[in-house]
Amino acid sequence: MKSLLKRGKNINLIIGLLILSTFLIMMLMSFFYTPHDVNAMNIANKIKAPNSVHWFGTDEFGRDIFSRIMQGTRTAFFIGTVAVTIGITLGTLIGGVAGYVGGWLDEIIMRIMDALMAFPGIILALMLIAVFGPGMVNTSIALGLMSIPGIARIARSGFIQHKEFEYVLSSKLIGVKPFKIMFQHILPNVSSPLIVAASINFAAAMLAEAGLSYLGLGVQPPDPSWGRMLRDSQSYLATAPWYTFAPGIAITFMVLGFYMLSNAIRDITDPRSN
Amino acid sequence: MTYTIRRIVLLVVTLTLVSLITFSVFQVIPGDPIRIMLGPDADEEQVATLEKQLGLDKPLYMQYAQWIGGVAKGDFGQSIRFSKPVSELIVDRLPVTISLALMSVIIVAIIAIPLGVFMAKRQNKPSDVVFSSLTQVGMAIPSFWLGMLLILYLGMTIKFFSISGYVPWSISVKGALGSLLLPAITIAIPQIAVMFRYVRNTVIEQLQLDYVRTIRSKGITEKYVLFKHVLRNSMIPVLTVFGLIFAEVVAGTIIVEQVFGLPGIGRLLISSIGSRDFPLVQGIIMYITVVVVLVNFFVDILYSILDPRIRMT
Repeated sequence: MKSLLKRGKNINLIIGLLILSTFLIMMLMSFFYTPHDVNAMNIANKIKAPNSVHWFGTDEFGRDIFSRIMQGTRTAFFIGTVAVTIGITLGTLIGGVAGYVGGWLDEIIMRIMDALMAFPGIILALMLIAVFGPGMVNTSIALGLMSIPGIARIARSGFIQHKEFEYVLSSKLIGVKPFKIMFQHILPNVSSPLIVAASINFAAAMLAEAGLSYLGLGVQPPDPSWGRMLRDSQSYLATAPWYTFAPGIAITFMVLGFYMLSNAIRDITDPRSN
Repeated sequence: MTYTIRRIVLLVVTLTLVSLITFSVFQVIPGDPIRIMLGPDADEEQVATLEKQLGLDKPLYMQYAQWIGGVAKGDFGQSIRFSKPVSELIVDRLPVTISLALMSVIIVAIIAIPLGVFMAKRQNKPSDVVFSSLTQVGMAIPSFWLGMLLILYLGMTIKFFSISGYVPWSISVKGALGSLLLPAITIAIPQIAVMFRYVRNTVIEQLQLDYVRTIRSKGITEKYVLFKHVLRNSMIPVLTVFGLIFAEVVAGTIIVEQVFGLPGIGRLLISSIGSRDFPLVQGIIMYITVVVVLVNFFVDILYSILDPRIRMT
């Protein structure tokens, strides 16, 4: 933490943390308080431009957009957290085993990872959702699985590099079990690029979730989702252009926050990157 | 030559695995896929007919062999909803998606490459710092929202652009451009950000190499150094990124076609997921992925021709 503070000049870190902590506070607050009831409909009050009562206006059901943006942070953080947890855990395990064991096992695993990476963009997630159906949980699992190959590659290169180092060789000599060497000895030494990858994947998962929800294949109502809100706002683009800005800006800032954080972590942990 | 052979073997392995993954995922549809596709009112006879039509009464390996044999010949199966071959449905919508993807890639190239070279010379000056931060925002904006903003600020105010629907090239070139330009820009912007960063960093790296110092010491003008020598050498690594950019652009068309109501392959894919037309979904996903894999293969081969060092390793 001290080294983090010492680099207080790191503008990415400051702005990134500022953005993310704002969203985090909004999320925590949403459990206790939102300015209006998130699901309270009031047709008489639909599509009202931002005013002093409804800061970001109201949607086509007269629901308060600001409150829904607040609650949308829960969906965003939930999807990001689940996707990154799945991606990092399985990716590190698969890539770590491939890199550490090497040989034909490595070859087979990495060819499968390459094949998974060959599916462009959200196609892999779309395929999983087509089969298993949309929804918050399925979306986050699909996005998590989608991120495994990229993380496996990063983990693998770290493990390959470190398995020849003396501390690993000497641990082997004194009979430490391979699993312990891999995850207690090597993993802490190769974790920096994985932490950067986790932060980038958080951003990527949120962008992908927004895209899927926009297509109507991600988070389903009544769960609030920024992507879904953007989808709904498109019908009112001509009559109520302000509707689209709150969810759009929320997604952009959230993703930007994670990008900035990942840049900052990379700059701090890898001095060569500058 | 050995590089090319190795690359071909890798291509075959990747395509085989891609087909196996695509095939397997559709084997694990929860519940009875036939009943899902036909809806709750289907009787036993309809179920049996469709099962036979799709070959689902045969063992798995036979089903796979039959499917992959068809794919190799360009037969991606039969759509349930349209009762038409998947390949025919794809071909119908191909002009839209190809035009869109090509336009996006061209926009990325003509904006990102000159800009990257330009900013590399201004490394760490205010204009470079500002622009580099802008690229971060460009990568963070969801493409479909960007599309909506373009509709709002350009599509609705400038008559040239149509904000929904597609005009074929054969009917009106102006109309086609008007219907494709905004979506192409939408897809391009995040990729411009990615490409710009890559070009900028490659040129900066090249400028630090010995050969640049040597030609500079010969008294050659800086412009000549940059555009004759550095740009050429930078373009080779930049070429490899084009394979990745192409994959991202193709993925981008899926969402952006929805935003602009373009009748392309992406729109077909999304609507077929909605209607649970599994053979069509499977066919489109396989088709898109094969095209992307092949494009990347050719980019790699081209790369090895342009840079003989690759073939040595």
